[in-house]
Amino acid sequence: MHTHHDLGGQLGHGHVPPVDPAEPPFAEPWEGTVFALALLASRVSGANLHAFRHAIERVPEPEYFAGYYRRWLAGAEVLLLDSGVLAPGAIEARARALAGQDVAEPATPELHKPDMPSGGPGNLRTVDRPSRFTVGQRVRVRDDEPTTHTRRPAYVRGRTGIVVATPGAEVLPDSAAHFRGEDPQHLYTVHFASTDLWGAGAEVFVLGIELFETYLEDAS
Amino acid sequence: MSTSTPGGADQGPLDPALRAEALEQLLLERGLIDSATVETFIRTYETVIGPMNGAQVIARAWTDPRYRTWLLADATAAIADLGFSGPQGEHMVVVENTDEVHHVVVCTLCSCYPWPVLGLPPSWYKDPAYRARVVREPRKVLREFGVELPADVAVQVHDSSAEVRYLVLPQRPAGTEDLDAGQLAALVTRDAMVGVALVQHP
Repeated sequence: MHTHHDLGGQLGHGHVPPVDPAEPPFAEPWEGTVFALALLASRVSGANLHAFRHAIERVPEPEYFAGYYRRWLAGAEVLLLDSGVLAPGAIEARARALAGQDVAEPATPELHKPDMPSGGPGNLRTVDRPSRFTVGQRVRVRDDEPTTHTRRPAYVRGRTGIVVATPGAEVLPDSAAHFRGEDPQHLYTVHFASTDLWGAGAEVFVLGIELFETYLEDAS
Repeated sequence: MSTSTPGGADQGPLDPALRAEALEQLLLERGLIDSATVETFIRTYETVIGPMNGAQVIARAWTDPRYRTWLLADATAAIADLGFSGPQGEHMVVVENTDEVHHVVVCTLCSCYPWPVLGLPPSWYKDPAYRARVVREPRKVLREFGVELPADVAVQVHDSSAEVRYLVLPQRPAGTEDLDAGQLAALVTRDAMVGVALVQHP
């Protein structure tokens, strides 16, 4: 699995950039276009939010770190290639044609859109089976290497925290991103002591994060 | 290699604006999208959906104790009551900054952000430095934003890893007793609602 997007706790990224309180939503017009096109590309590819995130994670590292709307554009292209809406190289060829270069465009491929039934709009779902964990319980985050898209960040893997809330149930990204069904799961807000994440010398604070039931094991 | 090879090394990298235009053309030609929808998406997030929405929520909570209680108990419903709902706001939680605890929000895995109340995320929120560091050294990061918290104020960092989206209810600044909700909303900044700034009374 690609992991360069999994940034929590990494060192070496420098200072936070200066804040511009008047920053517009889109720094340049093409960013607005990409924002809209990426959402629409997800729709016309038959994808979902999780598949789009997974597509962005598959964008090669240099392009991923070239900027937010650069990775959105590349992620949209991944979805459109996966579903056969566009051929590999189609965007590149058209862009070069727009730049005045003499470029042959690839033929339109055959569609092979994913077919995953959705249990409803958004990602909140109702799950009938009882929750495995309760507020106040100590839980450990599974430490196995992810083999799918996941929302189980590396920096909490293998760490122990306490369930502080049960905010409901949601579609499991690890399944939906790969069009294997929604597999909705109970969600837990888990608090970790900073020293349990980063060692005894860490700044003292509490880290809260939502984790799906399947990410957790009992540690009481 | 002929020039018909897409992305040939002999050709320089393409401007993303050109790639965006190319993608738009390809989808338009196939009838998969229409220009009006593209335009509506862009204009909506430029003019209708932004931090001015969240500021109204905060000002209401500061001036209406019953609303504040509702907001902290069921943020999604309380925020929808002011007309703000939609993508990336389906599952809202509001956390309140007090003299005892300061909350700050991040998404380490991408840049999840509560769109209906704050609009699209600013550069710093999407920056690898913020995403990487605020879950490891939040006080140091807050200091870089100009926020120096007293040592006895606890810090809670929220990593929006699932679909829960967080809005910070900042502390109402002293000296604002005579301001109405509209005047208060004008003081509330985007950054204060993410937790990297305090609301100031000029």
